[in-house]
Amino acid sequence: MLGEGILKGMAETAKNFFGSYVSKERLTTVEYPEERIPAVEAARVFPFLVYDGADWEAGLRCVACQICEKECPPKCIYIDKSKDKKPDYVGKQQFYPTRFDIDISVCMSCQICVEVCPFEAIKMDNEFELATDDRFGGLLYDRKQLARSNEYYHSIHPTEASEVDARLGEEKAKVEAKAKAAAEAAAAKAAAPAPPAPTAGGGS
Amino acid sequence: MATSSLTANLDQIFIILRDWLVGYLPAVLRPAAGVVLGAIAIVGVFPGLFAVVVILERKGVGRIQNRYGPNRVGPFGLLQPIADAIKALIKEDIVPDRADHVVHFLAPIVLLVTVFMGFAVLPVGRNMVLVDMDAGLLFFIAMGAATELSVFMAGWSSRNKFSMLGAMRGIAQMISYEVVLVLSTVPVVMTAGSLSLTRIIAAQNSYSGVFPHWYIFTPWGAAGFLAFSIAGMAETNRSPFDVPEGESEIVAGYHTEYSGFKFAIFFIAEYLSMISISGLAATLFLGGWSAPFSFLAFIPSWIWFFSKVILSLFVFIWVRGTLPRLRQDQLMNFAWKFVLPFTLLNLLVTALWRFMGEGWLRWVVSTAILAAAYVLMGRVGMRKEQFGPRRYRYAE
Repeated sequence: MLGEGILKGMAETAKNFFGSYVSKERLTTVEYPEERIPAVEAARVFPFLVYDGADWEAGLRCVACQICEKECPPKCIYIDKSKDKKPDYVGKQQFYPTRFDIDISVCMSCQICVEVCPFEAIKMDNEFELATDDRFGGLLYDRKQLARSNEYYHSIHPTEASEVDARLGEEKAKVEAKAKAAAEAAAAKAAAPAPPAPTAGGGS
Repeated sequence: MATSSLTANLDQIFIILRDWLVGYLPAVLRPAAGVVLGAIAIVGVFPGLFAVVVILERKGVGRIQNRYGPNRVGPFGLLQPIADAIKALIKEDIVPDRADHVVHFLAPIVLLVTVFMGFAVLPVGRNMVLVDMDAGLLFFIAMGAATELSVFMAGWSSRNKFSMLGAMRGIAQMISYEVVLVLSTVPVVMTAGSLSLTRIIAAQNSYSGVFPHWYIFTPWGAAGFLAFSIAGMAETNRSPFDVPEGESEIVAGYHTEYSGFKFAIFFIAEYLSMISISGLAATLFLGGWSAPFSFLAFIPSWIWFFSKVILSLFVFIWVRGTLPRLRQDQLMNFAWKFVLPFTLLNLLVTALWRFMGEGWLRWVVSTAILAAAYVLMGRVGMRKEQFGPRRYRYAE
């Protein structure tokens, strides 16, 4: 009969209306500033720089290879390479960035910088409350603002960070084994004339 | 005795207040001052009710969709209408460069004025009517029809295709449903024998036992009320008949090119016309300001009137939260193939009711005719056309 569907619909909405006062489960709204839901692990917003250890400047994994700067589609990364070198996590002497700026007003969160980085130095953050009243300086993050500890990385993307750590550990072990072998070989050939210095970080 | 005089005083409190205030003026000015006070009351009370309806609607529709609705401004978000009003007031008023400026400016004013005019003849309580016109119903409907002019003024003067489309849709819809609206009130006029709204209420304001003689409790009254509600919803451009606005199709319809306070006036006028059509429905079919049971008559009449209005506004909101918008052809089919024949038949049934005299027979006959007509016309008139899957003759 005409109007039956309308009555059914009206009953449904009436059920919703009164039900929402009775059962809290019906209301799916999260009242954001007061209430929040934990971020999904795969959530990504803008990139940050990972550092190991306590000192952000010494522990920065970035070696200023500038691959990310070249690959960045909107060209929002600005890197200045250092003149001197400092040891990286395996002890090899590497350049480091004297300037590493990301203009997050330009960044489009594509994650390409993360994918091309051979040193696991740049990763995606899930921090999204970045509002500022200065749209030029306030959104141009320098390396200090971008630096986040490896522990922080573990806290936001645990699975991914463990994989990265395992990979780095493996590489480090490989390098150490190689160095050890080289040292043993050197010790064995102690009598022989001076051997060439062992090259650390094979395959770089 | 003391209590009855107290309730009588409470019932007439606004009249007493008016007479007391007017009493300070010389006798020559008194009638005019009384009318001005009444007009001020109307202009003050109904926009106040509008604010209540807006918050009720936003919260109600929210709850219907399992949301909270506005809950930030003030306790439980109750001050939201004030925030909305401030927002509307401080917005920039943009008029399209090529618009017809005078007509564009006049359209919202015409709308608001005509909507307010309707309230002049609406009795909101015992003796509480601004102008007790002999042809009050006619005046009310004439003013309702004048809102169409404003819709067309707004759509035409904006020089915008969406405005124009919205106005065309609006005119088509409002004229179609205007016919239904008028015809659905005719049975009431036939029975009450008057176009005066106060006399129509007086005709319903009696009781058998504790039950009132409201027109909705008769077969023709129920049918008329149904038709009147449908037409009223269409007349006020409320969902599911909000085709003239159709925000998902034509931006905002006839008020696309309005911003700031002019838009707010359209918004206010839409809600005020909802309130006035609810008031008319209450007056014609729900006994106006009379109490639903004889033993509740001690509660002031204006409380009953406003309760009925708010109840019917709640139904408006409920329907809005339930039904999706009709297509233009569905809208027209519904008006001309179903509601209009039904209201015409209702005239016949009312005549039968009038001349069959007292007794159970007239109940059976008129209910049977109306129910059969409803089912039959629902089947035949509203038959779905099965289009089936689209077939391509040349492609493929």
